[in-house]
Amino acid sequence: MNDIWAGLASAFWLIVTLDPDLVEITLRSLRVSLSALLIAALIALPFGTWLAVRRFRFRRATIAVLNALMGLPPVVVGLIVYLLLSRSGPFGVLGLLFTPTAMIIAQVIIITPLIASITHQAMRELWAEYHDLLISLNTSNWQRIRTLIFDGRRALLTAALAGFGRAIGEVGAIMIVGGNIDHATRVLTTAIALETGKGDFALALGLGFVLIALALLVNFAIHVLSRTEREGRW
Amino acid sequence: MQMTATLDGASVKRRGKTILGPITHDLAPGGITIVLGPNGAGKTTFLKVLHGVERLSAGQVAWSVPAAEAQKSQSYVFQSPIMLRRTVAQNLAYPLQLTGTPKAQIQTKVQSWAAKIGLADALDTSAPRLSGGEKQKLALGRALIRDPKVVFLDEPCANLDGRSTKEFEALLITAKSAGTRIIMTTHDLGQAKRLAEDVIFLLGGQIVEAGPAPAFFADPQTAQARAFLKGDIVE
Repeated sequence: MNDIWAGLASAFWLIVTLDPDLVEITLRSLRVSLSALLIAALIALPFGTWLAVRRFRFRRATIAVLNALMGLPPVVVGLIVYLLLSRSGPFGVLGLLFTPTAMIIAQVIIITPLIASITHQAMRELWAEYHDLLISLNTSNWQRIRTLIFDGRRALLTAALAGFGRAIGEVGAIMIVGGNIDHATRVLTTAIALETGKGDFALALGLGFVLIALALLVNFAIHVLSRTEREGRW
Repeated sequence: MQMTATLDGASVKRRGKTILGPITHDLAPGGITIVLGPNGAGKTTFLKVLHGVERLSAGQVAWSVPAAEAQKSQSYVFQSPIMLRRTVAQNLAYPLQLTGTPKAQIQTKVQSWAAKIGLADALDTSAPRLSGGEKQKLALGRALIRDPKVVFLDEPCANLDGRSTKEFEALLITAKSAGTRIIMTTHDLGQAKRLAEDVIFLLGGQIVEAGPAPAFFADPQTAQARAFLKGDIVE
Protein backbone atom coordinates (compact mmCIF):
# COMPACT_ATOMS: atom_id res chain seq x y z
CA MET A 1 0.00 0.00 0.00
CA ASN A 2 2.88 2.34 0.83
CA ASP A 3 4.03 2.25 -2.76
CA ILE A 4 0.61 3.32 -4.00
CA TRP A 5 0.40 6.25 -1.58
CA ALA A 6 3.91 7.25 -2.53
CA GLY A 7 2.86 6.97 -6.17
CA LEU A 8 -0.16 9.20 -5.65
CA ALA A 9 1.94 11.76 -3.81
CA SER A 10 4.57 11.61 -6.50
CA ALA A 11 1.95 12.05 -9.23
CA PHE A 12 0.51 14.99 -7.33
CA TRP A 13 3.89 16.73 -7.07
CA LEU A 14 4.81 16.00 -10.69
CA ILE A 15 1.61 17.65 -11.84
CA VAL A 16 1.56 20.54 -9.39
CA THR A 17 5.12 21.54 -10.14
CA LEU A 18 4.56 20.96 -13.87
CA ASP A 19 7.69 18.86 -14.02
CA PRO A 20 9.31 19.72 -17.39
CA ASP A 21 10.21 16.10 -18.13
CA LEU A 22 6.69 14.99 -17.33
CA VAL A 23 5.18 17.67 -19.56
CA GLU A 24 7.53 16.72 -22.36
CA ILE A 25 6.82 13.00 -22.33
CA THR A 26 3.10 13.53 -21.80
CA LEU A 27 2.91 15.79 -24.82
CA ARG A 28 4.92 13.30 -26.83
CA SER A 29 2.58 10.49 -25.77
CA LEU A 30 -0.38 12.57 -26.88
CA ARG A 31 1.27 13.58 -30.14
CA VAL A 32 2.20 10.02 -31.09
CA SER A 33 -1.12 8.42 -30.15
CA LEU A 34 -3.36 11.17 -31.54
CA SER A 35 -1.45 11.17 -34.85
CA ALA A 36 -1.75 7.41 -35.00
CA LEU A 37 -5.45 7.69 -34.20
CA LEU A 38 -6.04 10.29 -36.91
CA ILE A 39 -4.26 8.25 -39.59
CA ALA A 40 -5.85 4.97 -38.48
CA ALA A 41 -9.33 6.55 -38.42
CA LEU A 42 -8.88 7.94 -41.94
CA ILE A 43 -8.15 4.40 -43.13
CA ALA A 44 -10.39 2.33 -40.86
CA LEU A 45 -13.67 4.30 -40.85
CA PRO A 46 -14.23 4.25 -44.63
CA PHE A 47 -12.83 0.70 -44.87
CA GLY A 48 -15.07 -0.69 -42.11
CA THR A 49 -18.09 1.03 -43.63
CA TRP A 50 -17.20 -0.21 -47.08
CA LEU A 51 -17.06 -3.75 -45.71
CA ALA A 52 -20.59 -3.34 -44.39
CA VAL A 53 -21.95 -1.97 -47.68
CA ARG A 54 -20.22 -4.09 -50.30
CA ARG A 55 -20.77 -7.75 -51.06
CA PHE A 56 -17.73 -9.37 -52.62
CA ARG A 57 -16.16 -12.76 -52.84
CA PHE A 58 -13.72 -12.75 -49.94
CA ARG A 59 -15.82 -10.58 -47.66
CA ARG A 60 -16.25 -13.18 -44.92
CA ALA A 61 -12.56 -14.03 -45.01
CA THR A 62 -11.63 -10.34 -44.86
CA ILE A 63 -13.85 -9.79 -41.83
CA ALA A 64 -12.47 -12.87 -40.08
CA VAL A 65 -8.90 -11.70 -40.70
CA LEU A 66 -9.78 -8.22 -39.49
CA ASN A 67 -11.26 -9.55 -36.28
CA ALA A 68 -8.22 -11.73 -35.74
CA LEU A 69 -5.93 -8.74 -36.29
CA MET A 70 -7.67 -6.90 -33.45
CA GLY A 71 -5.64 -9.05 -31.11
CA LEU A 72 -2.38 -8.42 -32.94
CA PRO A 73 0.44 -8.64 -30.35
CA PRO A 74 2.11 -5.19 -30.20
CA VAL A 75 5.53 -6.70 -29.58
CA VAL A 76 5.35 -8.60 -32.85
CA VAL A 77 4.16 -5.50 -34.72
CA GLY A 78 7.07 -3.61 -33.16
CA LEU A 79 9.49 -6.29 -34.25
CA ILE A 80 8.23 -6.30 -37.84
CA VAL A 81 8.23 -2.51 -38.10
CA TYR A 82 11.73 -2.54 -36.58
CA LEU A 83 12.96 -4.95 -39.24
CA LEU A 84 11.34 -2.93 -42.01
CA LEU A 85 12.78 0.37 -40.80
CA SER A 86 16.21 -0.84 -39.66
CA ARG A 87 19.30 0.13 -41.66
CA SER A 88 19.33 -3.18 -43.50
CA GLY A 89 15.55 -3.24 -44.02
CA PRO A 90 13.68 -2.11 -47.14
CA PHE A 91 12.84 1.32 -45.66
CA GLY A 92 16.17 1.77 -43.90
CA VAL A 93 17.19 4.67 -46.13
CA LEU A 94 14.40 6.81 -44.67
CA GLY A 95 16.18 6.76 -41.30
CA LEU A 96 12.93 6.48 -39.38
CA LEU A 97 13.91 3.95 -36.75
CA PHE A 98 13.99 5.39 -33.19
CA THR A 99 11.90 8.43 -34.15
CA PRO A 100 8.33 9.33 -33.14
CA THR A 101 7.33 8.68 -36.76
CA ALA A 102 8.28 5.03 -36.38
CA MET A 103 6.19 4.86 -33.22
CA ILE A 104 3.22 6.36 -35.07
CA ILE A 105 3.59 3.80 -37.86
CA ALA A 106 3.61 0.91 -35.38
CA GLN A 107 0.56 2.23 -33.54
CA VAL A 108 -1.37 2.80 -36.78
CA ILE A 109 -0.81 -0.87 -37.62
CA ILE A 110 -2.00 -1.93 -34.17
CA ILE A 111 -5.20 0.14 -33.95
CA THR A 112 -6.44 0.22 -37.56
CA PRO A 113 -7.91 -3.34 -37.43
CA LEU A 114 -9.54 -2.57 -34.09
CA ILE A 115 -11.23 0.62 -35.33
CA ALA A 116 -12.19 -0.98 -38.65
CA SER A 117 -13.74 -3.98 -36.93
CA ILE A 118 -15.84 -1.94 -34.48
CA THR A 119 -16.84 0.36 -37.35
CA HIS A 120 -17.94 -2.62 -39.40
CA GLN A 121 -20.09 -3.98 -36.56
CA ALA A 122 -21.83 -0.65 -36.01
CA MET A 123 -22.26 0.14 -39.69
CA ARG A 124 -23.71 -3.28 -40.46
CA GLU A 125 -26.74 -2.51 -38.33
CA LEU A 126 -27.20 0.97 -39.74
CA TRP A 127 -26.84 -0.38 -43.28
CA ALA A 128 -29.54 -2.99 -42.60
CA GLU A 129 -31.80 -0.13 -41.60
CA TYR A 130 -30.94 2.14 -44.56
CA HIS A 131 -30.39 -0.53 -47.21
CA ASP A 132 -33.73 -0.37 -49.05
CA LEU A 133 -33.90 3.41 -49.08
CA LEU A 134 -30.36 3.96 -50.33
CA ILE A 135 -30.76 1.30 -53.03
CA SER A 136 -34.05 2.85 -54.12
CA LEU A 137 -32.49 6.33 -54.29
CA ASN A 138 -29.88 4.96 -56.67
CA THR A 139 -26.92 6.04 -54.55
CA SER A 140 -23.34 5.35 -55.53
CA ASN A 141 -21.11 3.33 -53.21
CA TRP A 142 -19.28 6.46 -52.14
CA GLN A 143 -22.56 8.24 -51.32
CA ARG A 144 -23.68 5.24 -49.26
CA ILE A 145 -20.43 5.18 -47.28
CA ARG A 146 -20.60 8.93 -46.64
CA THR A 147 -24.22 8.74 -45.50
CA LEU A 148 -23.50 5.86 -43.13
CA ILE A 149 -20.40 7.50 -41.67
CA PHE A 150 -22.29 10.75 -41.12
CA ASP A 151 -25.38 9.19 -39.56
CA GLY A 152 -23.40 6.66 -37.54
CA ARG A 153 -20.87 9.15 -36.24
CA ARG A 154 -21.68 8.49 -32.59
CA ALA A 155 -20.88 4.80 -32.96
CA LEU A 156 -17.73 5.70 -34.85
CA LEU A 157 -16.67 7.91 -31.98
CA THR A 158 -16.71 4.84 -29.76
CA ALA A 159 -14.60 3.00 -32.30
CA ALA A 160 -12.09 5.85 -32.42
CA LEU A 161 -11.92 6.09 -28.63
CA ALA A 162 -11.28 2.36 -28.36
CA GLY A 163 -8.43 2.82 -30.82
CA PHE A 164 -7.04 5.75 -28.86
CA GLY A 165 -7.24 3.78 -25.63
CA ARG A 166 -5.23 0.97 -27.13
CA ALA A 167 -2.65 3.34 -28.61
CA ILE A 168 -2.04 5.51 -25.54
CA GLY A 169 -1.60 2.50 -23.26
CA GLU A 170 0.54 0.49 -25.64
CA VAL A 171 4.17 -0.14 -24.73
CA GLY A 172 5.48 -3.24 -26.53
CA ALA A 173 5.75 -1.87 -30.04
CA ILE A 174 6.84 1.68 -29.31
CA MET A 175 9.51 0.43 -26.94
CA ILE A 176 11.06 -1.57 -29.77
CA VAL A 177 10.76 0.92 -32.62
CA GLY A 178 11.16 4.07 -30.50
CA GLY A 179 13.87 2.84 -28.19
CA ASN A 180 12.75 4.89 -25.18
CA ILE A 181 15.38 7.57 -25.83
CA ASP A 182 15.26 10.46 -23.37
CA HIS A 183 14.11 13.74 -24.99
CA ALA A 184 13.52 11.94 -28.28
CA THR A 185 11.19 8.97 -28.10
CA ARG A 186 10.37 8.55 -24.42
CA VAL A 187 6.63 8.46 -23.77
CA LEU A 188 4.58 7.76 -20.65
CA THR A 189 4.32 4.00 -21.05
CA THR A 190 7.98 3.42 -21.89
CA ALA A 191 9.00 5.71 -19.03
CA ILE A 192 6.87 3.67 -16.64
CA ALA A 193 8.50 0.46 -17.85
CA LEU A 194 11.92 2.02 -17.36
CA GLU A 195 11.25 3.39 -13.86
CA THR A 196 9.74 0.07 -12.78
CA GLY A 197 12.87 -1.69 -14.02
CA LYS A 198 15.01 0.76 -12.07
CA GLY A 199 12.94 0.10 -8.94
CA ASP A 200 11.61 3.66 -8.66
CA PHE A 201 8.04 2.57 -8.03
CA ALA A 202 6.84 5.95 -6.79
CA LEU A 203 7.79 7.73 -10.00
CA ALA A 204 6.51 4.81 -12.11
CA LEU A 205 3.17 4.89 -10.33
CA GLY A 206 3.04 8.66 -10.56
CA LEU A 207 3.48 8.45 -14.31
CA GLY A 208 0.86 5.68 -14.36
CA PHE A 209 -1.72 7.91 -12.68
CA VAL A 210 -0.91 10.71 -15.09
CA LEU A 211 -1.47 8.28 -17.96
CA ILE A 212 -4.85 7.17 -16.63
CA ALA A 213 -5.88 10.77 -16.02
CA LEU A 214 -4.85 11.67 -19.55
CA ALA A 215 -6.92 8.86 -21.08
CA LEU A 216 -9.95 9.95 -19.03
CA LEU A 217 -9.43 13.57 -20.01
CA VAL A 218 -9.25 12.85 -23.74
CA ASN A 219 -12.35 10.64 -23.64
CA PHE A 220 -14.25 13.24 -21.67
CA ALA A 221 -13.14 16.08 -23.95
CA ILE A 222 -14.24 14.23 -27.07
CA HIS A 223 -17.62 13.42 -25.52
CA VAL A 224 -18.15 17.04 -24.55
CA LEU A 225 -17.07 18.31 -27.95
CA SER A 226 -19.32 15.90 -29.84
CA ARG A 227 -22.17 16.36 -27.37
CA THR A 228 -22.96 12.67 -26.95
CA GLU A 229 -25.79 11.74 -24.60
CA ARG A 230 -27.16 15.24 -24.89
CA GLU A 231 -29.63 15.33 -27.75
CA GLY A 232 -31.58 12.12 -27.44
CA ARG A 233 -30.38 8.91 -28.94
CA TRP A 234 -28.12 10.19 -31.64
CA MET B 1 -43.97 12.74 -70.95
CA GLN B 2 -45.72 9.71 -69.49
CA MET B 3 -43.61 6.70 -68.72
CA THR B 4 -45.11 3.35 -69.52
CA ALA B 5 -43.81 -0.09 -68.63
CA THR B 6 -44.01 -3.45 -70.28
CA LEU B 7 -43.33 -6.69 -68.49
CA ASP B 8 -42.37 -9.55 -70.72
CA GLY B 9 -42.36 -12.96 -69.06
CA ALA B 10 -40.83 -11.39 -65.95
CA SER B 11 -40.39 -13.83 -63.11
CA VAL B 12 -38.57 -13.91 -59.80
CA LYS B 13 -37.40 -17.17 -58.24
CA ARG B 14 -35.64 -17.49 -54.92
CA ARG B 15 -34.27 -20.80 -53.67
CA GLY B 16 -36.18 -22.74 -56.28
CA LYS B 17 -39.50 -21.16 -55.34
CA THR B 18 -41.32 -18.92 -57.76
CA ILE B 19 -42.29 -15.73 -56.00
CA LEU B 20 -43.57 -13.85 -58.99
CA GLY B 21 -44.56 -14.57 -62.55
CA PRO B 22 -43.95 -15.21 -65.26
CA ILE B 23 -45.88 -12.00 -65.86
CA THR B 24 -46.55 -10.42 -69.21
CA HIS B 25 -48.40 -7.19 -68.82
CA ASP B 26 -48.60 -3.62 -70.15
CA LEU B 27 -48.93 -1.10 -67.38
CA ALA B 28 -51.68 1.48 -67.90
CA PRO B 29 -50.11 4.82 -68.82
CA GLY B 30 -51.38 7.19 -66.14
CA GLY B 31 -53.20 7.79 -62.89
CA ILE B 32 -53.30 5.58 -59.83
CA THR B 33 -52.90 1.83 -60.10
CA ILE B 34 -53.73 -0.23 -57.04
CA VAL B 35 -52.15 -3.65 -56.67
CA LEU B 36 -54.41 -5.96 -54.68
CA GLY B 37 -53.91 -9.44 -53.36
CA PRO B 38 -53.49 -11.46 -50.17
CA ASN B 39 -50.21 -11.76 -48.25
CA GLY B 40 -47.53 -13.57 -50.19
CA ALA B 41 -49.19 -12.87 -53.53
CA GLY B 42 -46.03 -11.09 -54.69
CA LYS B 43 -47.23 -7.48 -54.44
CA THR B 44 -44.01 -6.12 -52.95
CA THR B 45 -41.88 -8.12 -55.38
CA PHE B 46 -44.06 -6.81 -58.24
CA LEU B 47 -43.36 -3.20 -57.19
CA LYS B 48 -39.65 -3.88 -56.74
CA VAL B 49 -39.44 -5.51 -60.15
CA LEU B 50 -41.02 -2.44 -61.74
CA HIS B 51 -38.70 -0.18 -59.72
CA GLY B 52 -35.73 -2.18 -60.99
CA VAL B 53 -34.29 -3.15 -57.61
CA GLU B 54 -35.26 -6.83 -57.72
CA ARG B 55 -33.15 -9.24 -59.74
CA LEU B 56 -35.22 -11.04 -62.38
CA SER B 57 -34.79 -14.77 -62.87
CA ALA B 58 -36.27 -14.61 -66.35
CA GLY B 59 -37.95 -12.20 -68.72
CA GLN B 60 -37.60 -8.45 -68.64
CA VAL B 61 -39.13 -5.14 -67.69
CA ALA B 62 -38.88 -2.30 -70.16
CA TRP B 63 -39.82 1.27 -69.39
CA SER B 64 -40.51 3.65 -72.24
CA VAL B 65 -37.23 5.38 -71.34
CA PRO B 66 -33.73 3.90 -70.82
CA ALA B 67 -33.32 1.96 -67.55
CA ALA B 68 -30.92 4.45 -65.89
CA GLU B 69 -33.23 7.37 -66.61
CA ALA B 70 -36.25 5.33 -65.50
CA GLN B 71 -34.83 4.66 -62.05
CA LYS B 72 -33.86 8.30 -61.60
CA SER B 73 -37.41 9.43 -62.25
CA GLN B 74 -38.95 6.95 -59.81
CA SER B 75 -39.19 6.79 -56.07
CA TYR B 76 -40.41 4.29 -53.54
CA VAL B 77 -42.23 4.55 -50.22
CA PHE B 78 -41.83 1.59 -47.89
CA GLN B 79 -44.41 -0.03 -45.64
CA SER B 80 -42.47 0.97 -42.55
CA PRO B 81 -40.91 4.34 -43.31
CA ILE B 82 -37.11 4.43 -43.31
CA MET B 83 -36.01 7.59 -41.55
CA LEU B 84 -32.46 8.83 -41.83
CA ARG B 85 -31.12 9.65 -38.37
CA ARG B 86 -31.26 13.34 -39.15
CA THR B 87 -33.66 16.23 -38.85
CA VAL B 88 -36.84 16.46 -40.90
CA ALA B 89 -35.27 19.15 -43.10
CA GLN B 90 -32.18 17.02 -43.73
CA ASN B 91 -34.36 14.02 -44.60
CA LEU B 92 -36.22 16.07 -47.18
CA ALA B 93 -33.00 17.53 -48.55
CA TYR B 94 -31.21 14.19 -48.86
CA PRO B 95 -32.49 13.00 -52.28
CA LEU B 96 -31.74 16.45 -53.73
CA GLN B 97 -28.23 16.49 -52.28
CA LEU B 98 -27.53 13.16 -53.96
CA THR B 99 -28.19 14.69 -57.36
CA GLY B 100 -26.09 17.77 -56.60
CA THR B 101 -28.94 20.30 -56.56
CA PRO B 102 -27.79 23.86 -55.67
CA LYS B 103 -28.19 24.70 -51.99
CA ALA B 104 -30.56 27.65 -52.45
CA GLN B 105 -32.88 25.51 -54.53
CA ILE B 106 -32.81 22.70 -51.94
CA GLN B 107 -33.70 25.24 -49.26
CA THR B 108 -36.82 26.51 -51.06
CA LYS B 109 -37.96 23.02 -52.03
CA VAL B 110 -37.56 21.72 -48.48
CA GLN B 111 -39.57 24.66 -47.14
CA SER B 112 -42.40 24.20 -49.60
CA TRP B 113 -42.59 20.41 -49.17
CA ALA B 114 -42.49 20.65 -45.40
CA ALA B 115 -45.49 22.93 -45.62
CA LYS B 116 -47.31 20.54 -47.97
CA ILE B 117 -46.85 17.56 -45.67
CA GLY B 118 -47.76 19.60 -42.59
CA LEU B 119 -44.32 19.44 -40.97
CA ALA B 120 -43.28 23.07 -41.47
CA ASP B 121 -42.99 23.55 -37.71
CA ALA B 122 -40.96 20.37 -37.24
CA LEU B 123 -38.09 21.07 -39.64
CA ASP B 124 -35.46 20.78 -36.91
CA THR B 125 -37.02 17.78 -35.18
CA SER B 126 -35.09 14.54 -35.36
CA ALA B 127 -36.97 12.43 -37.91
CA PRO B 128 -36.84 9.12 -35.99
CA ARG B 129 -38.75 10.84 -33.18
CA LEU B 130 -41.79 11.70 -35.30
CA SER B 131 -45.05 9.82 -34.88
CA GLY B 132 -45.88 6.99 -37.27
CA GLY B 133 -48.18 9.12 -39.39
CA GLU B 134 -45.72 12.00 -39.56
CA LYS B 135 -42.94 9.61 -40.54
CA GLN B 136 -44.97 8.21 -43.40
CA LYS B 137 -45.89 11.69 -44.61
CA LEU B 138 -42.24 12.68 -44.44
CA ALA B 139 -41.34 9.56 -46.42
CA LEU B 140 -43.89 10.57 -49.07
CA GLY B 141 -42.58 14.15 -49.16
CA ARG B 142 -39.03 12.84 -49.51
CA ALA B 143 -40.18 10.54 -52.33
CA LEU B 144 -41.94 13.36 -54.18
CA ILE B 145 -39.35 16.11 -53.68
CA ARG B 146 -37.37 15.08 -56.75
CA ASP B 147 -40.55 15.45 -58.86
CA PRO B 148 -40.55 11.80 -59.91
CA LYS B 149 -42.67 10.64 -62.81
CA VAL B 150 -43.54 7.41 -61.03
CA VAL B 151 -44.00 6.73 -57.31
CA PHE B 152 -44.30 3.24 -55.87
CA LEU B 153 -45.97 2.83 -52.50
CA ASP B 154 -45.90 -0.45 -50.61
CA GLU B 155 -48.86 -0.50 -48.20
CA PRO B 156 -48.01 2.99 -46.99
CA CYS B 157 -51.08 3.26 -44.77
CA ALA B 158 -50.84 -0.17 -43.14
CA ASN B 159 -49.80 1.32 -39.80
CA LEU B 160 -51.71 4.59 -39.97
CA ASP B 161 -54.96 5.57 -38.28
CA GLY B 162 -57.95 7.08 -40.07
CA ARG B 163 -56.92 10.71 -39.94
CA SER B 164 -53.34 10.08 -41.01
CA THR B 165 -54.60 7.88 -43.84
CA LYS B 166 -56.92 10.66 -44.99
CA GLU B 167 -54.11 13.22 -45.01
CA PHE B 168 -51.86 10.76 -46.80
CA GLU B 169 -54.46 10.06 -49.48
CA ALA B 170 -55.00 13.78 -49.99
CA LEU B 171 -51.27 14.16 -50.68
CA LEU B 172 -51.42 11.28 -53.14
CA ILE B 173 -54.34 12.80 -55.03
CA THR B 174 -52.52 16.14 -55.25
CA ALA B 175 -49.48 14.35 -56.62
CA LYS B 176 -51.61 12.52 -59.16
CA SER B 177 -53.20 15.75 -60.31
CA ALA B 178 -49.70 17.12 -60.84
CA GLY B 179 -49.13 14.26 -63.28
CA THR B 180 -47.27 11.77 -61.10
CA ARG B 181 -47.91 8.14 -61.90
CA ILE B 182 -48.80 6.25 -58.73
CA ILE B 183 -48.54 2.50 -58.25
CA MET B 184 -49.53 1.33 -54.81
CA THR B 185 -50.31 -1.86 -52.95
CA THR B 186 -52.88 -1.99 -50.21
CA HIS B 187 -54.78 -4.42 -48.03
CA ASP B 188 -57.54 -1.93 -47.44
CA LEU B 189 -60.34 -2.49 -49.97
CA GLY B 190 -61.97 0.80 -48.94
CA GLN B 191 -58.79 2.65 -49.77
CA ALA B 192 -58.52 0.77 -53.05
CA LYS B 193 -62.02 1.85 -54.01
CA ARG B 194 -61.35 5.48 -53.02
CA LEU B 195 -58.12 5.83 -54.98
CA ALA B 196 -57.92 3.28 -57.77
CA GLU B 197 -58.24 4.10 -61.42
CA ASP B 198 -56.71 0.81 -62.43
CA VAL B 199 -56.49 -2.41 -60.50
CA ILE B 200 -54.05 -5.29 -60.74
CA PHE B 201 -55.15 -8.34 -58.76
CA LEU B 202 -52.27 -10.66 -57.89
CA LEU B 203 -52.56 -14.18 -56.55
CA GLY B 204 -49.73 -16.68 -56.12
CA GLY B 205 -47.35 -14.50 -58.08
CA GLN B 206 -49.63 -14.26 -61.09
CA ILE B 207 -51.85 -11.46 -62.37
CA VAL B 208 -55.30 -12.97 -62.08
CA GLU B 209 -57.20 -9.94 -63.22
CA ALA B 210 -56.33 -6.41 -64.29
CA GLY B 211 -58.30 -3.51 -65.65
CA PRO B 212 -60.07 -0.23 -64.93
CA ALA B 213 -61.18 0.07 -61.32
CA PRO B 214 -64.94 0.70 -61.72
CA ALA B 215 -65.37 -2.41 -63.83
CA PHE B 216 -63.19 -4.49 -61.52
CA PHE B 217 -65.12 -3.56 -58.40
CA ALA B 218 -68.57 -3.73 -60.05
CA ASP B 219 -68.16 -6.88 -62.01
CA PRO B 220 -65.01 -8.94 -61.45
CA GLN B 221 -64.44 -11.46 -64.18
CA THR B 222 -62.67 -14.19 -62.25
CA ALA B 223 -63.91 -16.35 -59.41
CA GLN B 224 -60.84 -15.53 -57.28
CA ALA B 225 -61.37 -11.76 -57.63
CA ARG B 226 -65.07 -12.14 -56.78
CA ALA B 227 -64.17 -14.14 -53.68
CA PHE B 228 -61.48 -11.62 -52.67
CA LEU B 229 -63.83 -8.65 -53.04
CA LYS B 230 -66.53 -10.45 -51.11
CA GLY B 231 -64.10 -10.79 -48.23
CA ASP B 232 -63.44 -14.50 -48.55
CA ILE B 233 -59.95 -15.79 -47.89
CA VAL B 234 -58.31 -16.66 -51.17
CA GLU B 235 -55.07 -18.60 -51.38
